[in-house]
Amino acid sequence: MAEEPIKDREKADSEVPIDFSKFVEVRKIKEKYPEAIVDLKYFRDELTIVLKKEYLLNVCFLLRDDPETKYNFLTEVIGVHYPNREKPFEVVYHLYSVEYARRVRLKVMLGEDEEVESVYPVWPSANWYERECFDMFGIRFTNHPDLRRILLPEDWEGYPLRKDYPLEGPPGYREKWLKEHLSLYNKL
Amino acid sequence: MAKKIESKVIDVLKRGTPFGRLEEGDVFNENLKIEDVWINMGPQHPSTHGVLRLVLALQGERIVDMEVVIGYLHRGTEKLAEFRTYHQFIPLTDRLDYLASPAMNFGYVLAVEKLAGIEVPIRAEYIRVLMAELARISSHLLWLATHALDIGAMTVFLYCFREREMILDLFEMATGGRLITTYYRIGGVANDLPDYFLDRCEEFCEIFPKRVEDYDALLYSNRIWLSRTVNIAKISAEKGLALGLSGPSIRGSGVNWDLRRSNPYSVYDKLDFEVAVFDGCDVYARYLVRRKEMLESCKIVKQCIEWLKKNPGGEVQAKVPKVFKPPVGEVYQAVEAPKGELGFYIVSDGSQRPYRLKIRAPSFANLMSLPEMCKGHLVADVVAAIGSIDVVLGEVDR
Repeated sequence: MAEEPIKDREKADSEVPIDFSKFVEVRKIKEKYPEAIVDLKYFRDELTIVLKKEYLLNVCFLLRDDPETKYNFLTEVIGVHYPNREKPFEVVYHLYSVEYARRVRLKVMLGEDEEVESVYPVWPSANWYERECFDMFGIRFTNHPDLRRILLPEDWEGYPLRKDYPLEGPPGYREKWLKEHLSLYNKL
Repeated sequence: MAKKIESKVIDVLKRGTPFGRLEEGDVFNENLKIEDVWINMGPQHPSTHGVLRLVLALQGERIVDMEVVIGYLHRGTEKLAEFRTYHQFIPLTDRLDYLASPAMNFGYVLAVEKLAGIEVPIRAEYIRVLMAELARISSHLLWLATHALDIGAMTVFLYCFREREMILDLFEMATGGRLITTYYRIGGVANDLPDYFLDRCEEFCEIFPKRVEDYDALLYSNRIWLSRTVNIAKISAEKGLALGLSGPSIRGSGVNWDLRRSNPYSVYDKLDFEVAVFDGCDVYARYLVRRKEMLESCKIVKQCIEWLKKNPGGEVQAKVPKVFKPPVGEVYQAVEAPKGELGFYIVSDGSQRPYRLKIRAPSFANLMSLPEMCKGHLVADVVAAIGSIDVVLGEVDR
């Protein structure tokens, strides 16, 4: 009984084919950059647009400046790690339009050593979001003004939110840290 | 940062400083370099509201540059989420913004419910809104108390804590906890409200607007308060939005954007309230916004009490399986927390644990506009600016 609503929603999501051209964002992007979109998803009333990473900055400028979309607020930049995929990193951008009260999600896929263009020129708030993304995943953003660690100490090793990073830190890390920082006590 | 001496500085030297004066005929080397003085503020400074560290670059007492250093309270909440079930993560959300823990719970459970498609009983929705709005009042009260204390008004602090105590007593009555409530559950709330809770709550709503008048008597047109807040730490609407400012702070710059109104969640579309917007862009406007928000929240609480009294009894918890496995997918749910837009982004792989959980903390984003606000102001105004964007470091560092 309890699981019924969940199943209902799944059916509703999967059975009805969605006409993506009803979304103004998709129309606008297709108009100007026909080959930019890799994939489109619609789940729980949220639109996801997967982009080719070369087009990211152009699409962001387009969505921000077009009078019909006006995505003037960057909510966040998120990294996600899928170690088993060919391109293990996903960078997710949530945009919000204050005027139309709409949201859209942009995504780019990155390989292990690939970099993505920083969206700092579009929304300056990307500064800290991308720094956090770099801090936690080691994803590098080209042309970022100040790409340093933000939450962790500057001498931290490794990227904690990657799936291969153990919850309690790499083995031996704690002992090494204590040895370095409490060397005075160890002598006593 | 060494700079060439500007003509302004030469003027000052001609007028005289404690170290002497530039006399007529003095040979003055214009290529002399002057340097900024870098000073450190925090992380233990009492008016940084926790462990915020600022590195200020000064010319005299004016701020020319500022760096915000955070991370001293980083607990790895997002990593912990990947190792806990959906239910087990609820207590950790309390520890984000510990001054308004029901609001933090609210954002998380709404995100999980959206992911799994759970319908929440209407009574639980009203209870949730009631608690979240009480939390907003409590959070704003603590903000007003400490903000005024930073600027030098001691009495307001004591007044605000008096009313905050009443709200904490209400929380204790309903949930057993005063600060960390952990009251919300996926699909509802932990238990129904106790007897007499609504009466006590009504009492509070009667008293509270009168108490706001007390604060007004101390602050609203107080000359010292005005001179410390008006035209201080200004930020324009466009700049604020570009820098990620949200919540009461951006409403103080004249942007009419409240997620409770623009993207209504829960039962906010059935409630009647005004969005507080002022366009002064300064510290005083942000004070006015929060002051009005407290009164509006009080109105919402009253409406919730009315509804709950009219419709007694009923379920407060939807049936959610013990082994809870939401479908594969990703959702983002944002709520209007007391500090701004709080969002939870959850990626599910169909297992009992979130594959990835990202918290969009309002204070983290709001802090980005602090350097912009403070440039050109005096050191003492930094304290007013920090107070006016209302940061809680538990949520900044996560």
